[in-house]
Amino acid sequence: MFLRNYSTSGSSQRHKIMNPKPALAVKNLSVVFDENDNKIHALENISFNIHQREFICFLGPSGSGKTTLLRLIANLIKPTSGEVNFMFGHPPKIGMVFQQPNLMPWRSVLDNIKLPLELENDIHAHEKALDMIRLVGLTGFEDSYPRDLSGGMAQRVGLARGLIHEPDLLLLDEPFASLDALTRERMWTELSNLWQAKQKTVIMVTHSINESLFLADRVLVLTQRPGKIKLDMPVDLPRPRKDDVRYTSQFGKLAKKLREAIE
Amino acid sequence: MFTSPQPSPILGEGVQKIMKTSLSRLLGLLSILLFIPIWELIVRASNLPKFILPSPIDVWTRFLKSLNDGSLLYHTSITFFEVLLGLLAGTLFATIIGYMLAKSKTLEKILSPYLVASQAIPIVAIAPLLVIWLGDGILSKVVICALIVFFPVLINTIVGVRAVSSPLYDLMNSLRANRLQILLKLEIPASLPVLLGGLRIGATLSVIGAIVGELVSADRGLGFLLQLGDFQYDTSMVFVAVFMLIALALLLYGIVTLLERRFLKWQK
Ligand SMILES: Nc1ncnc2c1ncn2[C@@H]1O[C@H](COP(=O)(O)OP(=O)(O)OP(=O)(O)O)[C@@H](O)[C@H]1O
Ligand SMILES: [Mg+2]
Repeated sequence: MFLRNYSTSGSSQRHKIMNPKPALAVKNLSVVFDENDNKIHALENISFNIHQREFICFLGPSGSGKTTLLRLIANLIKPTSGEVNFMFGHPPKIGMVFQQPNLMPWRSVLDNIKLPLELENDIHAHEKALDMIRLVGLTGFEDSYPRDLSGGMAQRVGLARGLIHEPDLLLLDEPFASLDALTRERMWTELSNLWQAKQKTVIMVTHSINESLFLADRVLVLTQRPGKIKLDMPVDLPRPRKDDVRYTSQFGKLAKKLREAIE
Repeated sequence: MFTSPQPSPILGEGVQKIMKTSLSRLLGLLSILLFIPIWELIVRASNLPKFILPSPIDVWTRFLKSLNDGSLLYHTSITFFEVLLGLLAGTLFATIIGYMLAKSKTLEKILSPYLVASQAIPIVAIAPLLVIWLGDGILSKVVICALIVFFPVLINTIVGVRAVSSPLYDLMNSLRANRLQILLKLEIPASLPVLLGGLRIGATLSVIGAIVGELVSADRGLGFLLQLGDFQYDTSMVFVAVFMLIALALLLYGIVTLLERRFLKWQK
């Protein structure tokens, strides 16, 4: 698969410019929820494309349909109209990281991370899970149960589980919202490093402008309900992005543009 | 020393915990041991005839006698067999039907009047009917046990399966898990605590079911022994049978507890 033979050295930006393969096309997507004869327009006429190995962020106010959009892409719900087309793997392998860690309380850290591989009957599940545990810095906690983990650790388990089966597409729904500021910023760096190493296509939902600028190649802003795409902005900040990227003038300019778009 | 409110700095927390649990076990044992002399005392003070209230020694002697002639083991194993088979059958049907009801509101609407009505009929009332229909052998008792076990396990299955967290369903579906994988890796482990709670209630009820069936009509089992003792004014025998029933219920309860320890060790 493309993830395997991709060299981790070299700039991802350069790679993308040289070879932008489409990954996903969303066309005229609308979702109307029917709740006791009360019609809720969650998303209206959403269209966008993503390239392979691109990292995009969705920003938007609460209730603008961000989670709904991820659920549509993961095929957990059907749109009222419009379509989601994948340009690779039929059907594509998806890794999903939820706003809450969403771990199985009866499984240890190791077994939680192993789950996606178990479902594929991967005989190397155990070794791969141990590798992943090392990668997210949870060595020594293999046999702990979720109730014994801190919020940040649980979230890292969720992240490891989302990545372990080498998905074609990684969907992240405000994965760091429940963390304290310090842990959150450490997780940005971790995720950024993971993404550089594994080169997945990533769609991430967030409330944080800083987070989106630190991580994404492109940021899309959704409007109040019903959610429409208000802004589709490339983030031309050099990678790898270090903490101090936030104090550059380019960062400030992009942040201002996003803040204005969000209202 | 055990009840010292200050945590001892020398003993680790684990050691203290073990001491506390062994202390509470000791208290349980003590209350049982105390019960026997009090019983003996009551027998002596009241001077009641043996066929109304036998002394602990009478019961012990009777116990040894029935143990030696093999009759006690025989009747106990019959009842145990009925209880276990009824429990297994009742649990099996209840979990399968409960799962289907949990998954389908329509099915629940269709079946729930019958289920509630079946619960309104006391098992004692239909036990004679079942004995008439199924004969006075083991089968009728197993069916009575299964019936009495059915409802609590059914309810717990429905509650347990309905309570499975929907974000975890999202997780399984995003990984494109099939129905069987969702059942085995999500629904069963997630509802197991509630399910085992139902089994715990069912285990004790099953013992009652077997005795009800045997009291209606039987030529073996602890219920039969109980009735025989009653007819023959052999009250010590009745006591022995009652104690064996308690032991049976405790044994099953212990098995469920072991299952919980084995499968729910992730819970506190
Ligand atoms: N299954 C559903 N049934 C009915 N309404 C729903 C459903 N899921 C979402 N909605 C509604 O759709 C709208 C968008 O919800 P969604 O969860 O996608 O918003 P969001 O952008 O993720 O918000 P937040 O930032 O608070 O997480 C909300 O008004 C919500 O109430
Ligand atoms: Mg959301």
